[in-house]
Amino acid sequence: MRNIIDSLKSKFKLGNGEQKKISEILLNNAIYFIIGGIVLFIIISEPTFLSLSVAKNILTQSSVRLILALGVGGIIILQGTDLSLGKNVGFSAIITASFLQSFSYGARFYSTLPDWVWNVNSLGEVIGFQWFFYILVLLVAMIVSAFFSAINGLVVAHFKVHPFLATLGGSVALYGILLLYFNTSDAGPQPIGSLDSTYSSFVGIWHVFGMEIPLLVVYSVIITGVMWVVWNKTTFGKNMFAVGGNPEAAKISGVNVIRTTVMVYILAGLLYGIGGYLEAARVGSANSAFGLNYELDAIAACVVGGISFSGGIGKISGAVAGVLMFTVITYGMVYLGIDAYYQYIIKGTIIVAAVALDTRKYIKKT
Amino acid sequence: MNNEYLLQIKNLSKSFSGVKVLNGVEISVKPGTIHALMGENGAGKSTLMKCLFGIYKQDEGEFYLNGEKFNFTDPKHALEHGVSMVHQELNQVLQRTVVDNVWLGRYPTNGLFVDEKKMLEDTIELFKKIEVDIDPTKNLADLSVSQRQMVEIVKAVSYDAKVIVLDEPTSSLTQNEVDKLFEIMRTLKKQGIGLIYISHKMEEIFEISDYVTVLRDGNYIGTKVTKEIDIDTIIKMMVGRDLKHRFPSKSHTIGEIVLEVKNLSTTYKPRVKNVSFKLKKGEILGLSGLVGSRRTELVEAIFGARKRETGELILNGKLIKNDTTVQAISNGFALITEERRETGIYPVSNITFNSTIANVHNYKGITGLLNGKQMEKDTSKLVRQMKIKTPSNYELIRALSGGNQQKVIIGRWLLLNPDILLMDEPTRGIDVGAKFEIYQLMLDLVSQGKSIIMVSSEMPELLGITDRIGVMSNGRLAGIVDTKSTNQEELFKMTMKYL
Repeated sequence: MRNIIDSLKSKFKLGNGEQKKISEILLNNAIYFIIGGIVLFIIISEPTFLSLSVAKNILTQSSVRLILALGVGGIIILQGTDLSLGKNVGFSAIITASFLQSFSYGARFYSTLPDWVWNVNSLGEVIGFQWFFYILVLLVAMIVSAFFSAINGLVVAHFKVHPFLATLGGSVALYGILLLYFNTSDAGPQPIGSLDSTYSSFVGIWHVFGMEIPLLVVYSVIITGVMWVVWNKTTFGKNMFAVGGNPEAAKISGVNVIRTTVMVYILAGLLYGIGGYLEAARVGSANSAFGLNYELDAIAACVVGGISFSGGIGKISGAVAGVLMFTVITYGMVYLGIDAYYQYIIKGTIIVAAVALDTRKYIKKT
Repeated sequence: MNNEYLLQIKNLSKSFSGVKVLNGVEISVKPGTIHALMGENGAGKSTLMKCLFGIYKQDEGEFYLNGEKFNFTDPKHALEHGVSMVHQELNQVLQRTVVDNVWLGRYPTNGLFVDEKKMLEDTIELFKKIEVDIDPTKNLADLSVSQRQMVEIVKAVSYDAKVIVLDEPTSSLTQNEVDKLFEIMRTLKKQGIGLIYISHKMEEIFEISDYVTVLRDGNYIGTKVTKEIDIDTIIKMMVGRDLKHRFPSKSHTIGEIVLEVKNLSTTYKPRVKNVSFKLKKGEILGLSGLVGSRRTELVEAIFGARKRETGELILNGKLIKNDTTVQAISNGFALITEERRETGIYPVSNITFNSTIANVHNYKGITGLLNGKQMEKDTSKLVRQMKIKTPSNYELIRALSGGNQQKVIIGRWLLLNPDILLMDEPTRGIDVGAKFEIYQLMLDLVSQGKSIIMVSSEMPELLGITDRIGVMSNGRLAGIVDTKSTNQEELFKMTMKYL
């Protein structure tokens, strides 16, 4: 909402005495009006949509998607895209689930794991940190994900392969690696379920001041805050925008374009790792198809939120707004019981409309 | 150690695959002076600069910085040693603010975070020092070209530059902005900075420079004290022959009205407001005005490349539409755009492709396939007629000099046999010799009964070549004057009419 108000305000303030036409304001913010209209329609058809529990569900569902969108958002600012996001999240979810199954479960991925874990955990207790193993698994998931993302980044930055193709190839290859790993299971290639209860409780509810706050929301708020600082207050963040806006200018000014690019991909990979870790807990199991089409949701949310494919333009608030709007509409349509087929049509139309309207802002000629 | 000079280039030579492109070039820049570097396109100015900034390695010769022998490895290295260049085509991050651009690549930090406050304060300090008045928090995309140039100069100064190379900085500026730039250059000069000023504009050289060095075909012709020479001397040095006049003589006759533009306004910003004028057969109508006065927008609107809100176009007494460029072309219009590299040429295609692309449907044979032989034939004819310097029709257009590229583009439109040519800054970035040829070409065209609307920021050119001059001011037409009876002062006053 603040986005809308801010942009309206600035529209009125600028213009240098020339009164802005209402039609122009409508056009420049059309996507917000369209989505607002859809939400209004949902609320009118089903007033119970306006409730705390619905809001909580929407926020919970937005959380992981937002973390992923913040990752791929940086890549989009570099004039890139990342088609391997889904597979990266899937791999990280599978790794996480494979290590964090309930220790009493019979058909575990690692049937011999408990002793091993017990040792590590007791090591953890020595240094006074009982969740040592859970953190260790998170780090493994993040590092693996960052590693594959870094390869994408290197291919893009060093070999100048178009990001669409680099990450398309990366995605296919990663799927192969994911399947190889999946098939090493002691229990055979089957969905990895019966997750450890402590791990599952990470995505539970936080009881504080008599309120019930979904922990996923807490994580995503923290990560969003960190990412805001990274994007806006660090040299790396500013360099990212510069490289995305004009790589040549950045290079001449002494910015290490290759390193910045690879770092943006690594950062995205770290976020995918976190996303996969949390998503496996939320879903409760992981299989080889985990993460399918997640990249499309994340990229679409960024684009709807105004992170431009032409590079150098985008805000954290845009990614947040994009993810929330998308989830509200998706959830609302499910809430109204709209046929899934129609849901696809509506979502697809919104994506294209968002980009078309965004482009209009920059190229107003004919 | 001889510290009389900030920068010395001595006996510089460079060859590419056996062809000498620089031969024994010398330049010495004293502190607090402005040193003009002149030469036709292809004379070796840009190669010289590329050698200085370490993009090319010279075959022979040395660079001295404050008397010490030096070789830069890349532009960043040069920057760090106080030698910087403001490029003709500004390389900036338009989506970011002035402050971000000035400090790009070396943001000050306090610990982990960028120190925004220091950045802003330092920028304001620099702006004060060289008397620039720009809001440093604005995005570069919202600034004019001249303001962006000043940001680039401020950036150079922020590196504590001792030598600043300005590569044709005035090519897209209007008189007003040029004056402001010169003011800043004089301020820099006073602060002991040495400036190398590359330009094609004679008047400016005499206004601002202390020394002139001339190159011709890669050869060092000489360095003169500007005060002691005149335009003819420089031209003689540059072209190696007497170019008696800068403009060809006119002999064409002007006929009836061919095009009438009535109350034209455009829909989108930047807006053209209520422009009406008439164009005669065999006439060159100049369009003058400040940058941002929407001359380009006006010709685009006439050509159907920009949406019109109101307005009528009457061609030979008949109302025409020109809502799209396709309609405009079929009505006999042609538009030669201002940004040659962005909207004119297909850089990685050859001359034949570039000259026939606007006309390609006319080369369909009975089979519906294109007749390649005819295309080659027409292209060869163009190359001959327009004296385009190229090894063959298969040369990629980006390998040609600016003047020759422009000839190919004009040739492309001539193959369509248009009646009305809209030429937007047709001689920008083109050297004296090539300019003369373009003028001659324009006069030949009007002699054949074609009409030309020529947008230009160069007053001498407008006064030298046009029949009448229309002046745009803030989106409106301030008036049209007869070229014979007007002067720079009158035109300049008109540009301010609606500001």
